[in-house]
Amino acid sequence: MSGFPTHLLSMDDLDAAAIADVLLVTDSFAEVGRRANPKVPTLRGRTVATLFFEDSTRTRMSFETAAKRMSADVLSFAAGSSSVKKGESLRDTIETIQAIGMDAVIIRHSSSGVPARVAQWVDNCAVVNAGDGWHQHPTQALLDLYTVRQSLGGGQEGTEAFRGLRVTIVGDIRHSRVARSQITAYAALGAEVTLVAPATLLPPSLEGWPVASVSHDLDRVLERTDVISLLRLQAERGSGDYVPTMREYSTGYALTARRALQLPPEAIILHPGPMVRGVEIASEVAELPSARITDQVGNGVAVRMAVLFLLLGQGTLGGERHD
Amino acid sequence: MAERERSHTRPRGAVFVPRVQVMSADDVRRAITRMAHEIAERNRGLHEVVLVGLQTGGVGIARRLAETLADVEGADVPVGTLDVAFYRDDIGLRPVLPEAATDITTDLTGSTVVLVDDVLFTGRTIRAALNALGEYGRAQVVELAVMVDRGHRELPIRPDYVGKNLPTNREEMVDVSDEGVSLGELVSR
Repeated sequence: MSGFPTHLLSMDDLDAAAIADVLLVTDSFAEVGRRANPKVPTLRGRTVATLFFEDSTRTRMSFETAAKRMSADVLSFAAGSSSVKKGESLRDTIETIQAIGMDAVIIRHSSSGVPARVAQWVDNCAVVNAGDGWHQHPTQALLDLYTVRQSLGGGQEGTEAFRGLRVTIVGDIRHSRVARSQITAYAALGAEVTLVAPATLLPPSLEGWPVASVSHDLDRVLERTDVISLLRLQAERGSGDYVPTMREYSTGYALTARRALQLPPEAIILHPGPMVRGVEIASEVAELPSARITDQVGNGVAVRMAVLFLLLGQGTLGGERHD
Repeated sequence: MAERERSHTRPRGAVFVPRVQVMSADDVRRAITRMAHEIAERNRGLHEVVLVGLQTGGVGIARRLAETLADVEGADVPVGTLDVAFYRDDIGLRPVLPEAATDITTDLTGSTVVLVDDVLFTGRTIRAALNALGEYGRAQVVELAVMVDRGHRELPIRPDYVGKNLPTNREEMVDVSDEGVSLGELVSR
């Protein structure tokens, strides 16, 4: 395989062919997940570390489950209970981990660019970005793509079904690493991305972003939407200061039951979680059959198995023949 | 496994250039008919037999064997497919990619599984297949049917049903399809 990168730091690292490979391999890992014993020996003897400098439940559990289902050994590092508390620098933490010997490190950090920096420091070790600041969260975008592909049915092979697909991303785009990864991912496969947010929650400039359109009026976009992806207001990054009140935000931008009825019947609803019911999505909307939010979480494990497999399983000797 | 090699051996997308055809489409059809009879002869009644085709080269042959068994014995033999990528012993040494998800819907416990592949070479794919198969139950017997046995085994594995024994060089490549079997080389584009 020629197209898969050494590290997964950003959706920009993957071209359409590499994305297609991830989706294809995910099918096989999803089959593993459906077995009575959902474990394969694929990464036996490999060690994977999760370094989370920022809180997370689903992403961390998802990555650790993925690694364990492939028989890798998993080391779990939480900044709160580590030497970082004693004043150890990031560089020294990475040196330590490198000295212990890791095949992959999965990093989440509140500062954009940390995984990319770490990737420059390590040798023979794959770095996976599990979310850095406002920058990127590539595996979330990949599991969204897989969930969409699953919902579209039919075109299981390849990524043709994404061409011309109308994707609407609503909410706090300014502070969202998920949105940045999603936009790149959908655009790479030829989907048309529309952003919907109050002007204050859009980045100062959208120059160079591969989006088809931007709107401040959710109601006018709904009927031209095949996939709607909702984003949480990121209170920990100060999103609350960018809207007059949560109530006012919800009035204009929440997916309410009334708004959900304006979507085409085949449209699906995605949310990367954690959901704040009543703010960006109404509780009853999250329970609709068209809401694939729990599928997203379930698919997350298989997608992350695929990513770890493609990063660690490809090898460097290459070209050898087999039967 | 020609398809797999073509699509995944580095450089990706190398092409198979045939040099000589060693079996015609009719030869392949006759070999399938004969192997089906041998399977029926050895497993009288075919009651517990399940055919499992290896992705991707073995799948079509497994289906054709099942059709032939239905014609000659009136038996409805289930066909499953197996992808062994996650069980290979060369993960990390060379590019390995699954072709298609495994599809085995029956519990194999107590059954006679006939693994079906297009080409038997080093035997490493079959070793991986035996490990993968264990996830779907404890088969009573596992047998192996291949269209071509090209030699160069690296493991103590032997086929039970063979379409054709074909002496080869290690560097050569065997391509099996419904149109026949060819010997040739893999050429980088």
